[in-house]
Amino acid sequence: MKHFAAFLEAILLTPSRNQKIAHMVRYFRDAPDPDRGYALAVLTGNLSIANVKAALLKDIVLQKVDPVLFGMSYDYVGDLAETIGLIWPDHDRKDLPTLSGLILELEAADKNRLPGIIAGHLSSATPTERWAIIKLATGNLRVGVSERLAKTALAEFGGKTLDEIEKIWHGLECPYTDLFQWLEGRGPAPEIHHHRTFHPLMLSHPVDEQKDFGNLNPSEFQAEWKWDGIRVQLVLGEGEKAMFSRTGDNIGHTFPDLMESLSGSAVLDGELLVGPDFTPLSFNALQQRLNRKTVTRKMQNEYPPFVRLYDILFDGAEDVRGLPLVERRARLESWIARNPQTKLDLSQIIPYESWEQLRGIRLQGAEEQGHEGVMLKHKDSPYVPGRPKGLWFKWKRDPRLIDAILMYAQRGHGKRSSFYSDYTFGVWKGNEIVPVGKAYFGFTDEELLQIDKWVRHHTISRFGPVREVSKELVFEVAFDSANASSRHRSGVALRFPRIHRIRWDKPAQEADRLETLNSFIE
Amino acid sequence: MPVERAIITHAHGDHARSGHGHVLATPETIGLMKLRYGEDSAMHWQELPYGQSVDVNGVTVSLHPAGHILGSAQVLLESKDRRIVVSGDYKRFSDGTCPAFTPLKCDIFVTEATFGLPVFQHPDPHGEIRKLLTSMKNFPEQSHMVAVYALGKAQRVISLIRQEGYNDPIYLHGAMVNMCDFYQRNGVDLGELRKATGLPKGALKGCLVLAPPSTLKEPWSRRMTDPVLGMASGWMTVKQRARQYGIELPLVISDHADWNELCQTIRETEAGEIWVTHGREDALVHWCETQGLKAAPLHLQGREDEEEA
Repeated sequence: MKHFAAFLEAILLTPSRNQKIAHMVRYFRDAPDPDRGYALAVLTGNLSIANVKAALLKDIVLQKVDPVLFGMSYDYVGDLAETIGLIWPDHDRKDLPTLSGLILELEAADKNRLPGIIAGHLSSATPTERWAIIKLATGNLRVGVSERLAKTALAEFGGKTLDEIEKIWHGLECPYTDLFQWLEGRGPAPEIHHHRTFHPLMLSHPVDEQKDFGNLNPSEFQAEWKWDGIRVQLVLGEGEKAMFSRTGDNIGHTFPDLMESLSGSAVLDGELLVGPDFTPLSFNALQQRLNRKTVTRKMQNEYPPFVRLYDILFDGAEDVRGLPLVERRARLESWIARNPQTKLDLSQIIPYESWEQLRGIRLQGAEEQGHEGVMLKHKDSPYVPGRPKGLWFKWKRDPRLIDAILMYAQRGHGKRSSFYSDYTFGVWKGNEIVPVGKAYFGFTDEELLQIDKWVRHHTISRFGPVREVSKELVFEVAFDSANASSRHRSGVALRFPRIHRIRWDKPAQEADRLETLNSFIE
Repeated sequence: MPVERAIITHAHGDHARSGHGHVLATPETIGLMKLRYGEDSAMHWQELPYGQSVDVNGVTVSLHPAGHILGSAQVLLESKDRRIVVSGDYKRFSDGTCPAFTPLKCDIFVTEATFGLPVFQHPDPHGEIRKLLTSMKNFPEQSHMVAVYALGKAQRVISLIRQEGYNDPIYLHGAMVNMCDFYQRNGVDLGELRKATGLPKGALKGCLVLAPPSTLKEPWSRRMTDPVLGMASGWMTVKQRARQYGIELPLVISDHADWNELCQTIRETEAGEIWVTHGREDALVHWCETQGLKAAPLHLQGREDEEEA
């Protein structure tokens, strides 16, 4: 338990992604089975003790601590596990069980005996160990490690690729002994069934109009609209249903209405959208349904989800990723015909003859329907995980541009923590400037140095890590689209804003007005 | 707020200001004030060593070690029928850089409460220093930069490091050089100290650098490539707080009494009335009341600076 607590603390306090990975690799190397397996389950959010809840922990601590003092302390610290870890008044020198021993003990314990067992262990622990015990028991870690990052560490630990881990991950079970044996070269790869697994996605390159169109033959490519939702993979079959985001996180639980409707056996690639009758609403509307713990009936009615399919990876149990796109498309159409669905439809193929003609269609689609652009996929392309060259392209519409005024700057993270690298910018509304967005990339390192210096010399007030600057510096900001938003004071939210150019030359008076931005709202 | 007559408990910026008419303090505190604010930052200086007393308008005033930083003192005010102790900032943990706190019996005790919540239970500082030395051993390719308040904390941390057997030069931000010299002149051995400025790039690899907390996020820190960032402070008790500051290596080393020491000290003074100031008054006042003591918060001006805790 000592080892796990120190490890968890190190992970929490390390801001750098690579250092987090290094800590995990070291832990997987040094910790014995089955401790490391349980740690992996805790890290990836796949383990918590059913009967240990926040209320129970509060009851336990209030047996020993004045409730007024506990309340003030909790207000100050803000984290229950940490408050209890620090305030716990009893200390004895008994040994703590191992990580796996503790988990098994808590899982097996009778509900009435749990408070006594937990109190006993808390008294034997240091503040950091108490914090770790409570974190793992409640399963609410919040140490800045995603499932994906843990898998990256596993890959590094075993000298495997992330794809190899992804391929088997969802078929594995705690405490992952077979996985670690394989990673250490002491056993075969764990056998799992593809119906439980995320398959890494095939991604596209942006098209370079000047360079690429000379070399590409329009008749060899299939064009589809680039939908403005989120990319998902549906994994269906043998009683299993899962929906993965492009990073391999299972997000099915957020969309129970969608998941209930699915049937059949396949692995499908498509775009998650919301809207009635397969008419997609804006990305903003989709966002209302992302990352929610509970989904109200009202949400489900207002933002009904559906998936627009564009590819098939497994047809039933058959791996069709090696087939050319045209054949996979035929498989997809036939699968849909055999397995009628209420919340799945097909991404339409756009007919076109030449790149010039497609350019016109793309512009019209962007203006009239708000499409993000078009996708170009080589008709012979197999489904290759990652971003292979020359097979799939995205041809986005040109970005929108506005001239906005720098208002606030905030320090960045990690390598940028001594630089003011996050910028809030605004536009004119009458005689005042209202903030319309934030951007933290799009400039070179050299420009960052210049802006950082400018910020330090033009600060007019400070709010913690944020500096307000005098309203003099104009940024040309590029963004993909603008949406009406009640959450922003300006009433408009920008999608994917980035600094396009720094207009050192332009006076703030000549920056854009809110009316200009409003005209972009779709 | 400059006044005609001031008794100064210690030389930290939130307790010692320039511009007073007449200052009464320990010789070390006066020395540090002159160093920080200049020889003429008060009209008159009156040195009063620990344990000696003077009469001020019929009240006997004496100063006694508070164990906080070099020169820090509690103020004992005695009249015919009453003894009042104003603690200033204090800690109970004995420290190689200044005399240890002396408990005094009194009727009214004015105590600080910087760490006046029961979540603050400071660990053994030697263990915290060993964490730092272990990290330096584990990551010999990186600089270790530890944020410490320039007066008091810096010298205590250096002294602790020396006690743990680390004898290499320690590199300092310019702001703390004077203070360290002053400590060394007053008989506190800090070993070899060097300025961290004017060195070629990469020279600080594997070295230990101390700097004030405010420089962590400033261009000053760019002279080190990818340093491990530490901070020595009582506030580092709270991990989420360390994380917000971007501190990877929190060292819980405080020059203030923790919750248990506050409670212990209040009991030892045997005072019937407690005034609580400088920090989290509400919790300590509540605790005093549960102990049957009369207690009230005393709100003072200008106490926001958390850096020196």
